[in-house]
Amino acid sequence: MKPARRRFIQQGAATVAAFGWGPASIAVQTPPARLLVLLELRGGNDGLNTVVPVTDGRYFDLRPRIALRDDAVVALDRSLALHRSLAPLGALWDAREMAVIEGVGYPQPNLSHFRSIEIWDTASASNEVLQQGWLSRAASTEAFARFAADGVVIGAADLGPLAGGARAVSLADPERFVRQARLARDGQVAARGALAHVLQVEHDVVHAAAQLRPDTTLQTEFPRGAFGAAIQNAAAVASTRQVPVIRVTLAGFDTHQNQANTHAQLLHQVGEGVVALRAALQEVGLWRDTLVLTYSEFGRRPRENASAGTDHGTAAAMFAFGPRVKPGRFGAPPALGRLDENGNLPYAVDFRSVYATVLNDWFGLDAERILGHRLAPLAFLNV
Amino acid sequence: MAEGSNRKGLSLSGRIVAALALLLALGATNASDAAGLGPDGARLLLTRTGFAPSEAEVARWADLTQAAAVDRLLAQTSKVATEPAPAWVDEAIVRPRDLRAMSEAERKAERRTQVRYGLELRAWWLTEMAVTPTPLTERMTLFWHNHFVSAQPKVRYAQLMYRQNTLLRAHALGNFGSLLHAVAHDPAMLIYLDTATNRRDAPNENFAREVMELFTLGEGHYTETDVKEAARAFSGWSLDPERAAFMFRPRLHDGGEKTVLGRRGAWQGDDVLDILLDQPATAQFIVRKLWVEFVSSQPDPQRVRVIADRFRSSGYEIRVALRDLLNQPELIARDQDNALVKSPVELAVGLVRQAGGEIVQPAALAVRVAGMGQNLFSPPNVRGWPGGDAWITTQTLLARKQFLEASMTRAASSNGAAMAMNNDAPAKAAAAADVDAPRQFAHAMRALAQVPATRIDVAGWLKSAGAFPERAIGEQGAQQLARDLLVLPPASPPGAEALGADALRALILDPVYQLK
Repeated sequence: MKPARRRFIQQGAATVAAFGWGPASIAVQTPPARLLVLLELRGGNDGLNTVVPVTDGRYFDLRPRIALRDDAVVALDRSLALHRSLAPLGALWDAREMAVIEGVGYPQPNLSHFRSIEIWDTASASNEVLQQGWLSRAASTEAFARFAADGVVIGAADLGPLAGGARAVSLADPERFVRQARLARDGQVAARGALAHVLQVEHDVVHAAAQLRPDTTLQTEFPRGAFGAAIQNAAAVASTRQVPVIRVTLAGFDTHQNQANTHAQLLHQVGEGVVALRAALQEVGLWRDTLVLTYSEFGRRPRENASAGTDHGTAAAMFAFGPRVKPGRFGAPPALGRLDENGNLPYAVDFRSVYATVLNDWFGLDAERILGHRLAPLAFLNV
Repeated sequence: MAEGSNRKGLSLSGRIVAALALLLALGATNASDAAGLGPDGARLLLTRTGFAPSEAEVARWADLTQAAAVDRLLAQTSKVATEPAPAWVDEAIVRPRDLRAMSEAERKAERRTQVRYGLELRAWWLTEMAVTPTPLTERMTLFWHNHFVSAQPKVRYAQLMYRQNTLLRAHALGNFGSLLHAVAHDPAMLIYLDTATNRRDAPNENFAREVMELFTLGEGHYTETDVKEAARAFSGWSLDPERAAFMFRPRLHDGGEKTVLGRRGAWQGDDVLDILLDQPATAQFIVRKLWVEFVSSQPDPQRVRVIADRFRSSGYEIRVALRDLLNQPELIARDQDNALVKSPVELAVGLVRQAGGEIVQPAALAVRVAGMGQNLFSPPNVRGWPGGDAWITTQTLLARKQFLEASMTRAASSNGAAMAMNNDAPAKAAAAADVDAPRQFAHAMRALAQVPATRIDVAGWLKSAGAFPERAIGEQGAQQLARDLLVLPPASPPGAEALGADALRALILDPVYQLK
């Protein structure tokens, strides 16, 4: 059973909201136009070689070949060390616009890429299968109704947290999207099955294209390469102020083999990308209302494998960036002395607590209602 | 063990009931089309088991019953491609050691060569699909490519991707067990899922996990311990760098006892594959996936179970499962509930075959198909393309429509000499392949995508529906053309006054053209 898709224009809901009854009660207050940028590190980012536990001797014992030592890390403060490729993030740390949330995971972790990202995207429990992305559920509140689309995804075909109901637009390049959109038609035909899906996507194209045309040329210089282009396009879409959520995906983190170079290159792109995104959104005056969150389906096994790589693991660190982030460290450092029977880390923070904070504090929504559980929020935002 | 035999007993009685249900379903089908498929049924069956057919082809199948047509489809499959392979497929691959010894300039040249080979490989396969006398063979090869995923960005060598492709074709309608064993030993797979670096002292779990989750059992039918134990069994599997062939290294193999899915023994990798094949979950997983590929987006659990049982009892003969699946009534029903989304490859190759057209620049078509979300030889991850409704996003829908529209323009439909000027576009794109200049490369690929890829004979196509490009199509002509092109009535039908060429274009751009 597929959940019904929300139509673009929610006049009904908006009218009801104006009179203060019905579904309006979901919104705690009328929220300001805020932007959430999700950076998905696809493939399972190695958390231990991202936020490096340099003061824990067990880390070096578990990873004789791939542990990061001395000049392979950059120290943000006395005990917080990042992979050297993330050095550009020092600027955000110094500006007090960066939070590190350590040990994020969930109970009974699933080590399949596909099942685990589904758990993250739908904010489900490990043994529960939900159809709708967590942000699709948020999008069905009227808080998102004023935007041209609920979200834009860049760099991956799937809609992830926006699947199953949100008015989500996937695009590679906003200008081309707008140019090509003339080929789509918005026919009103009753349909079922695959045809209903195609018609809905046509409809989404027509409506989004009318408003997603970037009207400013950004002066910011973006990193070269596909991810740099994705960040540039994210900034261009953001500058229209017509979407509350943008997800950008960087793939390739499934480093089972010879991970050192691959991982360094990927994190380098992340670091440079975040810095460029910040500069671009500062340029258009949007940064102060922006929250950037990184996430991955899981971290990797603390003990390296024989291929100088790492296998699928569990908890890992997330980053949060933005002027309204409470700077510093949250969660708990990796408990390398308490690995489970598969040699994986216990989690310290349930990822759904992070989502709850985003929904409550960032979007002003009722997280308990959207997530279906009461979760202790994590106070990493100043709002 | 008692529990195991008990389960067997249950499934036996269940099997009888379900077999009856299947017979009823098959019987009903046979009864209803004893008089033959008719043009609509034939068109649906050929589209769903291959690519959209020309009207001439439809006429050759219309008198057959579904059962007879399926028998003929299965009888005419092939184990080899008809198109000659690209010239370089037997070239030795550069050994990793030699690659490391190269200068930066040499390495760049090698990367460019591989990009060019990769483009030629994609072009070769698309051409094969457009000309093959047995589209089902190519659809099944593509199905296995999307099941036993390997991707060139990680494998690197186009030669190995080609070799895997010929392996998949040779087994495409053979035996699933043999295919599984062969793929597990295949060099591209050994590289793609890191089997080649799995050693006794610290096993790499990548292949062991994916073989259970994605190739055989499906998620939820194994534990983390099974993954770890299976990884030990695959340790020592390796790749001989000289011949780029499978090689077993006994000293790197963990010869100890392992427990996989409750069975204990000093298992080797091939033993683990046999244990996986022995699980009923494997047959069900494969049949369900084939159902979604060919029958409908919602597998019927009861019919899946019956077909899976027969599949498993046959010793995993793929034809046994396919014969049952292709005889399901959904395949020939013009019905919104059964419609499936065409993959980008089906859309592009189907257009060419249906129009009696040809691919004039296969590399350009490969780039366009990639832009629609299906970069052959490079699925996005080990799960492959999710397919179904997921083929259509705002971005890919526009890419599809742009391709279709471009195919209908005069430049693409005339046999223009302009195309000759662009014949060096693939070479140019490959020459621009350089990791240090990704933007130039992206630009070159975009330029390649602009080259007309197909030639469609609009006048000839319309003629088969009794219409002409510059004459009003008329009420009857519009209806006939819509029926020839679309599996459901159009969302916005062309008017009777529309010129033939415009009516054709409108129907090709209609949302229903995305469906099969």
